[in-house]
Amino acid sequence: MSMLLGLFLAPLLAGLIHRVKAFFAGRQGRPLLQLYWDLARLVRKHMVLSRTTTPVFLLGPALSLVSLLACLTLIPLGGPALLRFPGDILLFLGLLALVRFATVLAAMDTGSSFEGMGASREVAIGALAEPGIFLSLAVLVVQTRALSLSGIWARSGPELWSRAGLVMVLVGIAMFLLLLAENSRIPVDDPNTHLELTMIHEVMVLDHSGPALAVIEYASALKLWIGSLLLSSLVFPLHSGSAWLDLLGGVGVVFLVALAVGLVESTSARLSMLRVPQFVGLSSALSLLALFLVIR
Amino acid sequence: MTGTIDFLLVSMILANLWVLGSSRLPSCIRAVAFQGVALGLLPFALYPGHITWDLVMLALVSITLKAVVFPHLLKRALLEARVDPQVEPFVGHGISVVVGVASLALSVALFRRHPLPIVPPSDLLMPVAVSTLLVGLFMLIARRKALTQALGYLVFENGIQAFGLGVLQHAPLMVELGILLDIFFAVFVMGITLFHIRRAFATLDTLEMAELRG
Repeated sequence: MSMLLGLFLAPLLAGLIHRVKAFFAGRQGRPLLQLYWDLARLVRKHMVLSRTTTPVFLLGPALSLVSLLACLTLIPLGGPALLRFPGDILLFLGLLALVRFATVLAAMDTGSSFEGMGASREVAIGALAEPGIFLSLAVLVVQTRALSLSGIWARSGPELWSRAGLVMVLVGIAMFLLLLAENSRIPVDDPNTHLELTMIHEVMVLDHSGPALAVIEYASALKLWIGSLLLSSLVFPLHSGSAWLDLLGGVGVVFLVALAVGLVESTSARLSMLRVPQFVGLSSALSLLALFLVIR
Repeated sequence: MTGTIDFLLVSMILANLWVLGSSRLPSCIRAVAFQGVALGLLPFALYPGHITWDLVMLALVSITLKAVVFPHLLKRALLEARVDPQVEPFVGHGISVVVGVASLALSVALFRRHPLPIVPPSDLLMPVAVSTLLVGLFMLIARRKALTQALGYLVFENGIQAFGLGVLQHAPLMVELGILLDIFFAVFVMGITLFHIRRAFATLDTLEMAELRG
């Protein structure tokens, strides 16, 4: 149930962020459901395939979509996840890494120098972001003594906040920074820019068109959904007793996270490429600090 | 109270990382002021049973000096000497932050291996104090500008004060006031000196200060 909800609502997050940005810029903004229309339009189109590409080019989007769907089965929302076992955190992080790998491989397959550049940036930022994700999840694991995402979800909550609020604040901030970095949001990358020299994620998908592009757009919406869900389910879970209420609260927090992303995007400028490692490193530093507080 | 203590100590650590990671001088000055406030409030959280009038006075004086007077003096020095507000590190910002975190890890390991004969009120206090000390020393050697060295000195002093809080529950009032007076004059003199250095050398880059001038 919660999985289906994710599949349907994910593109709405992008629309919400756009509306928040438009509101700050004093514009009307595009409709909330725009991404759905875009996806429907792209699916009906033909695909242009360059002669230099190999099947890897199409495998990239497919693989990332499949891995993200697999991620979605692992992450709890308003109830334990579909699949859960001790150590599924590692599988989850591995799948996220696989998404990046697939995207980068497809970008390199085109042989375009721009896409190669984007791929190298994506990998550089990913390498910096990964310790942050591992550390912040490690903090939660140590704090809750649970080795699966659903286990963390079950034992996290208001009780944990009152016991170790400071740690949770640090982890929450670190995860939010990572969410911005991983989903190529503004301080790190601008999802709207189409200037080749500054793009990171967008440049990697330049050559994809039609259904392949639709898959990529949908996958990135799913990634944003999963990232916000991580914050919503592991850091701010609700345990009210009623499964429906928990589900509603969880989705509400996801939309609040999207709102926060929109706020950050409208109030901050993009960092120069040289400052990005510092920004991403900050999240690792914060989660490392939280880890010190937990295991001292 | 552990929550409040932890909060203040983490604020101090974050201020350390902020100083190390920031690339603009005004932002560094703000970070040091922020650390001063956290440090000034720390005694109340550490010894809630021993709040006396002179302790409150001391905290007030210390916070006023560190959060209002010093930043003001340093900003004046920055403006009057017309310093370029860029930090110019020898060691890059990213690596500096790593060094800051590493210094914390080192101090935690140090106090785990060699516990103090006395029991400090919080097991995080001593590591934070020593790591602040180390960060101050690191600022002294890893930054080019004379102004950042003054900031490093202030961070170093904050570390010493935090260390003292853990060792002595109550330093005599006179001693504490004397120390504060000393720092006050030190920062005052540094502000003036910076101005003179700027006039004599036309730069605050410590690398350029290799020869004497009348």
